[in-house]
Amino acid sequence: MRSASRILSLTILGFVLVAFGIGSGLLAAPAQAGEVPLPKPAKAFKGEQCVEPVSVMRRNHYEFLKHQRDETLREGIRGKKYSLNQCIDCHAVTSPDVAGGKVRTLKPFCSECHSYAAVSIDCFQCHNGAVQPGIGPQAALPADHDQMVKDKALIATLENHLAVPSKHGGSAQ
Amino acid sequence: MTKTLNTVDSTRRNLLKGGAAAAVVTLAPGVTLQTVHAAVTGPATSAKRWGMLIDANAPEGVWDLAVDACKAEQGWGKDEKDANPATDPQWIRKVTIKDPKTGAKANLPVMCQHCANPPCVDVCPTGASMKRADGIVLVDKHICIGCRYCMMACPYACRSFVHEDMHGQRPHMPRGKGTVEACTMCVHRVDMGQKPACVEALNKAGSNAIMFGDLNDQNSDISRAVSKYVTQRIRADLGVEPGVHYRGI
Repeated sequence: MRSASRILSLTILGFVLVAFGIGSGLLAAPAQAGEVPLPKPAKAFKGEQCVEPVSVMRRNHYEFLKHQRDETLREGIRGKKYSLNQCIDCHAVTSPDVAGGKVRTLKPFCSECHSYAAVSIDCFQCHNGAVQPGIGPQAALPADHDQMVKDKALIATLENHLAVPSKHGGSAQ
Repeated sequence: MTKTLNTVDSTRRNLLKGGAAAAVVTLAPGVTLQTVHAAVTGPATSAKRWGMLIDANAPEGVWDLAVDACKAEQGWGKDEKDANPATDPQWIRKVTIKDPKTGAKANLPVMCQHCANPPCVDVCPTGASMKRADGIVLVDKHICIGCRYCMMACPYACRSFVHEDMHGQRPHMPRGKGTVEACTMCVHRVDMGQKPACVEALNKAGSNAIMFGDLNDQNSDISRAVSKYVTQRIRADLGVEPGVHYRGI
């Protein structure tokens, strides 16, 4: 009887030890492999100042584009501040992965973060993300762009002042 | 759907975007932001009714010019060796009609007729098929599911389905596999105050075979022409009120 209970306790101890060993092994594995590297979106082809501060664009660019696409298509409102063609104008860059680096496209810029965040939307199944030579600038900068750059500091201050806590939590980087 | 899209987004961002009616926005006591008006077009209103008048008596050759101009502008159409006529999209086509009794023939281009009561819009299950306030009928490809109900409803067979992967789209004309498309009356040009590509190409060639303009404006060339000549609309008996008028058919 006594030996039976001893065997039982030893068995339990053995299970615990084995389980701990497996568990610690599993926990250790990701730490050894390291984290997924942070995305490094390509630097803009031209311009130093986007239509909004970088942090705002990172968090909200899809809201701007979606809102504006409905206005443009359904109501014919064109030339406002946010435009996919304007993204292309500044952010399309060459990459050896796309057409041998012969065309400027948005792919190196967009896909960096989208693949990191597992975002599946792809504007460029339908929209052409490439700069097309021979047709001039695809979108002029908005008429208030210069003024906007001057007001950059003021706008940034106001943005920070008015900013509500983001529902998305911590933004990338 | 309409309500959602027309709802004004009353977030602070709209104050900062410019384009607001006021030139100076007061954000807080002592803090103002001067807005500068950008060159913004629209919104389209029902004060205008864009339409076309097509002269079927024009020399036959001009219609090929119009079709080619459309292909170049909107990026559809393929080389003959790659073409698959059964399924390739066709935004505008040349049609030959013949009176069997007299043998008289006429050629005319047929494209989306931009109906005032468009059947394609009535049947669309998602609201993708839509008519703008100024009468231009479009497909919102963002929400088109490719069911092709509109293609069956269109009495003019003017819509096409994209069966194949798309590459090299024009910047102003996104096109994608699995969506329906048709003549947009070159809405991207019209909004900028230009004429549709087919009209401009004919004008450049010295032809006025397609007139474009505002049917609501009594003084526009097209309104004068429509009131001066007897014009027809194809299948006017259907009551869909097309915006495209024809002469000589």
